[in-house]
Amino acid sequence: MSAQTTDVLVVGSGFGGAIPAYYLAAGGARVTVLERGPRLAAGDFVHSMRLGTYNRIVDVVRGDGIAVVAGNCVGGGSVVYFAASLRAPAFAFERRGSLGRRIWPAALTRAALDPWYDRVEEALPVTRTGWTDVSYAGGVLAAACQRAGHTCNPVPVAVDTERCTNCNWMLSGCRFDAKRSMLLNYLPAAEAHGATIRPLHEVQTVAPSLVPGYRYAVTYTVLDPDDYTCTLESGTIHARTVVLAAGAVGTPVVLQRSAPLLGGVPTAVGRYFSGNGDRVSVAEVDETKVRSLLGLSRPDGVPYEGLPIGRPITAATYDFLDASLPEFSRFMLQQIYFPPLTNVLSQTTDPPYWFGIPGRTLRSRWRSWLTLLAMTEDDNEGVFQATPPLTGSFTRLAPGLGLGTMTYRPTDRTRGGWQKADEALRGILEKDGLSRVRPWQEDIAGTVTAHPIGSARMGDAPSSSALTDTNELRGHPGLFITDGSAVPTSLTVNPSLTIAALAERATPTITERTAQTGVPVQYGAPVPVP
Amino acid sequence: MSTVSSIDRRAVLRALAATAGALSALQFPGAVTRAAATETGPAGWTVQTMEAFADTLIPGERRFAGDLAIAGAVKGPGAVQAGVISTLNSPELPLAPLLPEIAALLNARAIAYAATHLILLPITSPAFVGLSFRDRTALVRGLFGPEDPDRAIWQVLSLLTGLAFDTAAHLDTRQAVTTGHPGLAWLRFPQPDADGLWRFADYSYGKALATTHPATTVSGSPA
Repeated sequence: MSAQTTDVLVVGSGFGGAIPAYYLAAGGARVTVLERGPRLAAGDFVHSMRLGTYNRIVDVVRGDGIAVVAGNCVGGGSVVYFAASLRAPAFAFERRGSLGRRIWPAALTRAALDPWYDRVEEALPVTRTGWTDVSYAGGVLAAACQRAGHTCNPVPVAVDTERCTNCNWMLSGCRFDAKRSMLLNYLPAAEAHGATIRPLHEVQTVAPSLVPGYRYAVTYTVLDPDDYTCTLESGTIHARTVVLAAGAVGTPVVLQRSAPLLGGVPTAVGRYFSGNGDRVSVAEVDETKVRSLLGLSRPDGVPYEGLPIGRPITAATYDFLDASLPEFSRFMLQQIYFPPLTNVLSQTTDPPYWFGIPGRTLRSRWRSWLTLLAMTEDDNEGVFQATPPLTGSFTRLAPGLGLGTMTYRPTDRTRGGWQKADEALRGILEKDGLSRVRPWQEDIAGTVTAHPIGSARMGDAPSSSALTDTNELRGHPGLFITDGSAVPTSLTVNPSLTIAALAERATPTITERTAQTGVPVQYGAPVPVP
Repeated sequence: MSTVSSIDRRAVLRALAATAGALSALQFPGAVTRAAATETGPAGWTVQTMEAFADTLIPGERRFAGDLAIAGAVKGPGAVQAGVISTLNSPELPLAPLLPEIAALLNARAIAYAATHLILLPITSPAFVGLSFRDRTALVRGLFGPEDPDRAIWQVLSLLTGLAFDTAAHLDTRQAVTTGHPGLAWLRFPQPDADGLWRFADYSYGKALATTHPATTVSGSPA
């Protein structure tokens, strides 16, 4: 039997994988995409929280001190994310963190990335929303900001607002094809140019290929769609170029397992892991004060009770994205909704804080909660253990629940940033007794993030970065990393648009490396037509 | 007195040793069969223990006179009424065979707690069930310390207890919400449309509610 070959092998089909897959296929290369999760479409996404539904396409991976929410399906995180599509502020690219020097590559500034942001916004596309798009929850945040002397913005989203029903089931995938995931733009465009997408293919290792003309041999296992812990078969594909985009909790683990085969990987692989500084709080809103202080009332006369209604992210204040402030004191405060899956993380002011009678009483006012996400500047303090699990990127405990190898111990600087965000939130939302705000407890899951980044990051210094400034793994020509792992620091905004823009920016170099092996591939295809 | 204390401590250590496999079994599904073979104690003790644990996290009212598992700390539904045992035994989870060991582990903790707090436990019920609501609460608070060797077990159990109450994890949400699942009713989770899908025609106050930031790009991002 002849060896399986492809020109470009893409591992993962989220933002980081789908974008290079499209441009390389459109440019003339043979492209194969391996995705560990199943392939679903709008009609398959169900409005249900029964075990066996959402947890087939979303994983919660628990490490030591951190839990990560990650997509597990064709389209990756773009299928289950909340579609907030924001450019990172200029100061985020200038961060020095604890390194004592600029962390991002010199070539990368906000101005340098703006043309690539433009492309992604056109392709998804991103909708600039107005006040009629802002949910009741976003409205309460906005009015509270105004009353406290702060600005507040409707948040741009990758959503077709004409199709959107405001159902608030984004974590389960969009039933109405309103959310502009990779399933609706880059991936179908890649397939139209001949790319092959293979779901339920979990990549295990990357090694040098012995097939002439091919740089890398990638091994995979095919997972049982009914039980991801069971392997149906395994195989190897030889590729001239490999694009690793298995997510920030997947990519470093594949590289760690591959290190002996590759003759080593940069020391920054599996280090500098960040949760994007995410910090979630719940405000228990006093309904009477929504009316008396904010002057708000719904058509049915109820002041608020709007937690479960509308899109999950609709409003945020940009006031604390102030470049003149020192690092670890800048952040975005954003209204957000989580399904009641995370209710157990909410806490009260009375012991035992998150459980018992106070926790139950807090739940009785669930519709009057306002959930907030602070995206702060953390310290890239996460580390993956050197020994990876036997297969995959974590040990599967149950469908949708995994045990990862990452450790995250927030430094004083990170905690200081969280404290400043907490204080700002209280200043806005506790003013005159509008609400009581408490951050999520850390007893059950440590820090929780849906924005894992940095675990194989770009940079100029080999000592503190795994990738060149065009996303190539140092010392391994033709092996690129284009997912959240590559993002060097927390961004103070939701990272998807930046991950996508960096993947767009890396694509010309990926094309060039592929062409060097004799593949007749050219860069220059237009953005996929929505 | 010292002799009694040391015997109690040895008993606790034996119980801990016998149940220490639960954590590794959780991490390595291959150990499930071994764990399943170690069920000890009267039938029903596992269920009572798990119910009492869940009732400590999200309390509810007693189901019947003499209901020992539920402490009866409140009126109305709690995690037990919401179906926590069905969730823990869900065919979607590999947990069911491990529950006897986890219950034994929790009861060993209860014995240790009782010994250090000079509490006389009844012999007719699992040790954890024999504790008052106040003592159950104090014990459970201590399970989540960073140094607790079994912390991962209590974290998973707490998560699943929350899922049972807050999401009706063993039921389709449409069915659960339309048939009055106690947890979803407690939250006042919204009702779906007739086709079983959620939509909100009214979702916005529909007016400008704040000044927007002066440095905003054309696409709505921070400049």
